[in-house]
Amino acid sequence: MGELVLEKLGKNFGNVVAVKDVDLTVHDQEFVVLLGPSGCGKSTTLRLIAGLEEVTAGDIFMDGRRLNDVLPRDRDIAMVFQNYALYPHKTVFANMGFALKLRRVPKDQIVKRVKEVANILGIDDLMERFPKELSGGQRQRVALGRAIVRNPRAFLFDEPLSNLDAMLRVQMRVELLKLHNQLNATSVYVTHDQIEAMTMGDRIVVMLDAVIQQVGTPMEVYKKPINQFVAGFIGSPSMNFAPAKVGSADGKLSLEGQGFKAFVSSGCANGLGSYVGRDVTFGVRPEDLELGGDAGMDNTFEAKIELVEPVGSDIFLELDVSGTPLTARVNANLSFSEGEKITFTVNPNRVHAFDVDTGIAIL
Amino acid sequence: MAGIAEPREITEQTKELRQAPAEDHFPPLGPLARRLERPEVLGYLMVAPALLLLIVLLGYPFIQAVWLTMLDKRVGVEGNFIGLGNYIDLWSDQVYRWTVMNTMIFTAVSVVCKVVFGLTGALILNQAFRMKNFFRGFILLPWIIPSVLSALVWLWMYDDTFGVISRTLIAFGLIEEKILWLSQWGIALTSIIIVNVWRTMPFFIVSLLAALQTVPKDQYEAAEIDGANLLSQFWNVTLPNIKHVLIIVTLFGTIWTMSDFNIIFVLTSGGPANSTHVFSTLAYQYALGAGKLGEGIAVSFTMFPLLFVIIFYRLYRMRRDPT
Repeated sequence: MGELVLEKLGKNFGNVVAVKDVDLTVHDQEFVVLLGPSGCGKSTTLRLIAGLEEVTAGDIFMDGRRLNDVLPRDRDIAMVFQNYALYPHKTVFANMGFALKLRRVPKDQIVKRVKEVANILGIDDLMERFPKELSGGQRQRVALGRAIVRNPRAFLFDEPLSNLDAMLRVQMRVELLKLHNQLNATSVYVTHDQIEAMTMGDRIVVMLDAVIQQVGTPMEVYKKPINQFVAGFIGSPSMNFAPAKVGSADGKLSLEGQGFKAFVSSGCANGLGSYVGRDVTFGVRPEDLELGGDAGMDNTFEAKIELVEPVGSDIFLELDVSGTPLTARVNANLSFSEGEKITFTVNPNRVHAFDVDTGIAIL
Repeated sequence: MAGIAEPREITEQTKELRQAPAEDHFPPLGPLARRLERPEVLGYLMVAPALLLLIVLLGYPFIQAVWLTMLDKRVGVEGNFIGLGNYIDLWSDQVYRWTVMNTMIFTAVSVVCKVVFGLTGALILNQAFRMKNFFRGFILLPWIIPSVLSALVWLWMYDDTFGVISRTLIAFGLIEEKILWLSQWGIALTSIIIVNVWRTMPFFIVSLLAALQTVPKDQYEAAEIDGANLLSQFWNVTLPNIKHVLIIVTLFGTIWTMSDFNIIFVLTSGGPANSTHVFSTLAYQYALGAGKLGEGIAVSFTMFPLLFVIIFYRLYRMRRDPT
């Protein structure tokens, strides 16, 4: 069991509001990722759940039990820290068994449990080593092991992979995911890396300035961002934004900006009607700019290539569309040269529009 | 379409740089400079001044002193070589034996008190409270004041007739008669230890405070979540993390305490009846008081084996520590 409920959760440090009105239910066995830029309150939220910070407002419940005034040790949660936080003077075995030892679990059971977990993580041969004698990946595994040994109701991860090099990070990400599928424990995972969030989370919670922006599955958050911040934060390279005006012709709505005019498919134009004649922010993802199309057709525009950035699997093109800078993501098998003029078509189903003042998504 | 174009100017520049021979950038090294480039030459060269200073100021006097302990040298008289005679004399000397015991008690009790109170003080000052920085500076005072001055103030506070300590205790009704702080062996030694602890504790507090501040916060947090209460956090996180500083500080503390002179000299000068002597004051009394230079230096030399054992044992343990 392990259903975690946050109700109107808030935390202030003096005058600084770190977390505000956070409402969130993490279901049993669910893997929820808190995502956001530095200082958005995601780590503080996690630390509130752990009990490392005192709650200023609101409540935390675990399986119906209110945790606000419960000591961290009695919350039955385990946490994996960014810097591993291993005890440097204890061996790997002692690090992993420490929590059980404090709970006065008999020695033979500690040995058995630690061995089991070490086996799952593939660190059985490191038991007598000290943290100093381990590589970053091994330390991370020990830190994980220390959490798993406890068999807690919920796991809390505070950017656990951010200290690893890029290759190891991808590898550990996969392992963590497999481990989660195996253990099926409720997990809350904090990261600023949107790839981690997208690949690992059953649901993603995007935070900014102490407030939750959007909660949803990775694809929901990607395809239907609730506002301009979420749209820009998720996806790499990020979504293109440009000022535009909402036009209406022949019953079709369009977004018209400098150098482009994009009609919106009528099926998804619901909210846009009331914006006719007003300024909005046009948004389109780099991969939704499709190469080709005849100039003069609907949704087609001509662009000058400013910069070609091959990343192996794709090519990113930095474009200049009559003064509007856009980024496109195209097939890596094609070749381009800077200064070249090419035409692009905007998929009318994939166009986004945001309110200029509030940033809220209209489309 | 020919792939990705490279800006032309940069290409030209890189080509030029690549073709240019190395000599164009740096002038060749002369014979002296080439020798200095070798680490083994430069290394010794840079250590040389310090080494020279050590030999002149420490090595020479040390050997001279060793030689003196083997003479029956008195001030103004040529000494005759008597081998280990001075040491044999000391061994049968009641005052010397008493001094050895005093030094042991004085050092052990002082150092233990300094470690315990120093660590307590450091833990308190490591908490967040108002005027924390003021107290952190303030605590250094006993250590900054020249020890002879503060010892004189303590001498006055311990005074049999006018001493403020006895008077205060009487005023609060804690004692009925004045305590003669410096007139009896046991009380006198205790009084000396109190002043010594008071004076050197700031060093312990400040060093340990610095060590406490390097303990990673997340280790405490991990321990908290693991289920450690304050005491087991102290044993499992604080103490192991400050262990090395604690050992070094204790080591220095032991050396300084064992060789302390000022406080004892000012407070009791080894009295009453030579009962509170430690090595340094006895050495002074023999060498400069009685003029028996050889025997006096021999007294201070008997400190060495003790200090050596302590220092090497501690350093050996530290080297072997895998963490």
